[in-house]
Amino acid sequence: MVEIKQNLIVVGSRPARVDAVDKVIGRASYATDVRLPGMLVGRVLRSPYAHARILSIDTGRAEKLPGVYGVVTAADLPPLEGDDAVGEKAFRDRELASDKVLYVGHPIAAVAARTPEIAQEALDLIRVEYDVLTPVVDVLAAMKADAPILHHDMRTRSLAGTGEKPTNVAAHFEQVKGDPGQGFAEADVIVDREFRNPMVHQCYLEPHSSTAVWSDNGGLTLYVTTQGTFSVRSHVVRLLRLSMSQVKVVPMEVGGAFGGKNSSYVDGVAAMLARKARRPVKVTMSRPETFMATGPNSGSVLRVKMGATRDGHLTAAEATLIYEAGAYPGSPVGSGSHVMFAPYQIPNGRLEGYDVVVNKPVVSSYRAPGATQACFVAEQVINELAGTLGFDPIEFRLLNSVKEGSETVDGTVHRHIGAIEVLQAAKASPHYTTPLEGPNRGRGVGHAFWGNWGACSSVTMTVNSDGTVSMVMGSVDITGTRTSIAMQAAETLGLPLDRVKCTMGDTDSIGYSDTSGGSRTTVATGHAAVKAAHDVIDKMRERAAQIWEVDVQAVVFDAGIFHVPDDLDKTLSFQALAELLPRTGNVVIGVGNVDVADWGSCFGTHIADVEVDPETGKVTLLRYTVVQDVGKAIHPMQVEGQLQGGATQGIGWALYEGYEFDAAGQMLNPTLLDYKIPTALDVPDIETILVEVPYPHHPFGARGVGENPIMPPPAAIAEAIYQAVGARVCDLPITPARILETLGII
Amino acid sequence: MATVVVPHLMRDLTGGLARVEAPGHTVRAVIDALEERYPGFRSRLCEDDALSAVLTIAVDGKVSRLGLMQPVGQSSEIRFLPVIEGG
Amino acid sequence: MTHKQIVTATINGELTEFLCEPHQSLLSCLRDVLSLTGAKEGCNDGNCGACSVILDGRLVNSCLVLGVEIEGREVTTVEGLAGWQALTPLQEAFVAYDALQCGYCTPGMLMAAKSLLDRHPNPTDGEIRAWLAGNLCRCTGYDKIIRAVRAVVPGTAVAPKTAEAPETADVLQTVLETASVDQVKEA
Repeated sequence: MVEIKQNLIVVGSRPARVDAVDKVIGRASYATDVRLPGMLVGRVLRSPYAHARILSIDTGRAEKLPGVYGVVTAADLPPLEGDDAVGEKAFRDRELASDKVLYVGHPIAAVAARTPEIAQEALDLIRVEYDVLTPVVDVLAAMKADAPILHHDMRTRSLAGTGEKPTNVAAHFEQVKGDPGQGFAEADVIVDREFRNPMVHQCYLEPHSSTAVWSDNGGLTLYVTTQGTFSVRSHVVRLLRLSMSQVKVVPMEVGGAFGGKNSSYVDGVAAMLARKARRPVKVTMSRPETFMATGPNSGSVLRVKMGATRDGHLTAAEATLIYEAGAYPGSPVGSGSHVMFAPYQIPNGRLEGYDVVVNKPVVSSYRAPGATQACFVAEQVINELAGTLGFDPIEFRLLNSVKEGSETVDGTVHRHIGAIEVLQAAKASPHYTTPLEGPNRGRGVGHAFWGNWGACSSVTMTVNSDGTVSMVMGSVDITGTRTSIAMQAAETLGLPLDRVKCTMGDTDSIGYSDTSGGSRTTVATGHAAVKAAHDVIDKMRERAAQIWEVDVQAVVFDAGIFHVPDDLDKTLSFQALAELLPRTGNVVIGVGNVDVADWGSCFGTHIADVEVDPETGKVTLLRYTVVQDVGKAIHPMQVEGQLQGGATQGIGWALYEGYEFDAAGQMLNPTLLDYKIPTALDVPDIETILVEVPYPHHPFGARGVGENPIMPPPAAIAEAIYQAVGARVCDLPITPARILETLGII
Repeated sequence: MATVVVPHLMRDLTGGLARVEAPGHTVRAVIDALEERYPGFRSRLCEDDALSAVLTIAVDGKVSRLGLMQPVGQSSEIRFLPVIEGG
Repeated sequence: MTHKQIVTATINGELTEFLCEPHQSLLSCLRDVLSLTGAKEGCNDGNCGACSVILDGRLVNSCLVLGVEIEGREVTTVEGLAGWQALTPLQEAFVAYDALQCGYCTPGMLMAAKSLLDRHPNPTDGEIRAWLAGNLCRCTGYDKIIRAVRAVVPGTAVAPKTAEAPETADVLQTVLETASVDQVKEA
């Protein structure tokens, strides 16, 4: 617990973000904009098959093509050694397949050439012989005993013990609270439904890109687009067996990430090519490569059963979550099960999850990973129970809402939460209190719990002799971080924002920091910045004490002024003292370094109004409101932007987005024409209501806000569609065809 | 004594007991103590000398990132959950 | 092997001569030959709008135009919007309304909005949304972008929120009727 600061000046204001001007004049520099002397173009050869053994790879002709400077395959990786050869081989095979390909798009080889045309020609000259195997692209088919096996060394990991036979079920878990059978016996109404959703992609507009350059002394520098420079460093160090100090990862502006840039896709290949070619190499993915060979969110099959009494109390809840991991294990099924029933007091519950490999792209995190589909199914059932029992949907949620100290089905305990406050704000909102009228129109509500991760953040802060402050953070700015972190430092130092400059550091210039993900950065890196500022203040108090020849305890810092109380001669502004620093001793550098163990909590409620054309099934969003507990909005405009952007991605899940595959595992819609994301024409203005229940472990009470808003839209919109035309659609996306099918029209 | 909420799928080891007590100042020590009483307890939860990569620990309802090193108090309650990740 | 061609065009007001491959896109010429990296590649097939530039007064996806096609013509990119001293009101509005997050779609979005305002100085909200529908943004949910464009429309303060359906097909029709076909965005 920390004392939460009051009477704030900078925190809570709405300054222009520090990167805005560069971005509106086209000067902001992204990974794709990197240009180095002698730079070559790298391209990757990818598998056309979803499942095949590689019999041979012949790169001879490609290597001889004029203009080609290097070709690499898995054979160019350092030899496998050590005890963990199995895990290590899988790690390397994800980067460049050695003996088997597991999805269409699986990397096999890469070339560096003078031009993109030569690189493409060289790829065409690489001869790969395959033994094509039967792929498995449906998650339920993959679980069957006679399914084609992706990894013959895989055994199901479970607390019941490790399995004995090869399987595609990488992991299984089951959690039980109370007595679910008894709970359902007590229920007057039970809803039991099955839901499906396809893989969806983060669709950041900037594809992955990495530029690698080696120095003569063996140092590697990478210019990347990533959420975590230190994760890229760990990845490349592990792949190429380098020392960490050999590798410098430089973060560029990030053109959207949403969890998808926590993973490294082309950094290792760029480094391998640059080493072989002895020239800088840039590897940039195309849009189809991004769709087919970077991690979408899991497609999944979920079954949910919930029961409640006539007086509206939930008695039991059960869910089975079956998540596609893609070609390698690691779906976010645990996150989905953790959050799906977490908003409600449920005395008896059971959660069962499966992590299943299929011959599809390897999933990666996507904004509240695994949680959007879990929220969709749980909230649909909550809405159906409320409707069946004749309750207002928000009243029903209030009746069952978790409170301080409530224990969830998986045994975690809610602390310092604003669940009730959010529901009450939604109920009192201008949107919810305005009746919706007209035929074929409906209103729906969705409600979500998501935490914010804490983890490691590092910040250093140098006081310049003109009184400005230059700070470096280890976090990547994925959306306004430099601004929100500088604001927290400026507030602490009593300075205006334009006196504090915050820069993203490369991995050589700042201490380890975890990735900018998990809604953690404003909270944890902000905390580190406040600590660094306090370090600066303490060191400047010492300096003031030295100048004034008083005990350091006598020097007080308040609102940007150092002074000795009751001695008017002994007063120096931050700037005046900064100007004296070079003549009174060493430069003042503050350090802030945190490892926040706690997952904070955040609740959000969304309200959607739709109109459905009963003839065509077309859904028009009429009005949309996001209500969320944000703790303390450091920069309210940026917080609104997170809520609006997250909700719009959730609207994409609800109505438009989804990978389509044929039986051979080929993605059928790997372009932004065929994979539709919401446009300006598809969404209304997104109204936002920021509820501020301070989070007591952050100096300003802030909570992570970025992920929660993607979760409620599918359930809110599905319910609105049901209210409009009576179609309860259980599969995402809710296309016009699905609505008409549910209505029995087609 | 810390209390361990025995995961549903491990109750075959504890003869159906849902909660067991064991001494220890860290999760590792508690698991070691339970391994003596219920052979196989550790191998279900751990890989080599670390918590299984698919698990996370909650002590007194709070998710920890320290794994087996997580300190536990005299009356702590320990649970094992599927790993939770953010984006 | 093909032979590079010399192209002469006016780019951001300056007469510019450059060499390009016959098959090279205008986007690639701007970025890789002329180092004008403001226009971005998001899809390279005309579906995201991140590469939008204005060619002889028309909004185009520069990934769908060949470099050789601009011979003798005028191109404006995001780098040509602001003068030495000041941002345009549209750019200022994008900054003030926080109408950007990652910024990758911003250059294209600005060119599309400029193209709309050049043609229709008083667009309705529906017209703004229809005109910008060819420019994808994955971060903002469009709300603040629409507000920023609205802010530079004379006499338009913050528009009231309404539960009415946004104008969609009708608006597109209006735009199509009021513009000649060649003024409507290519592709």
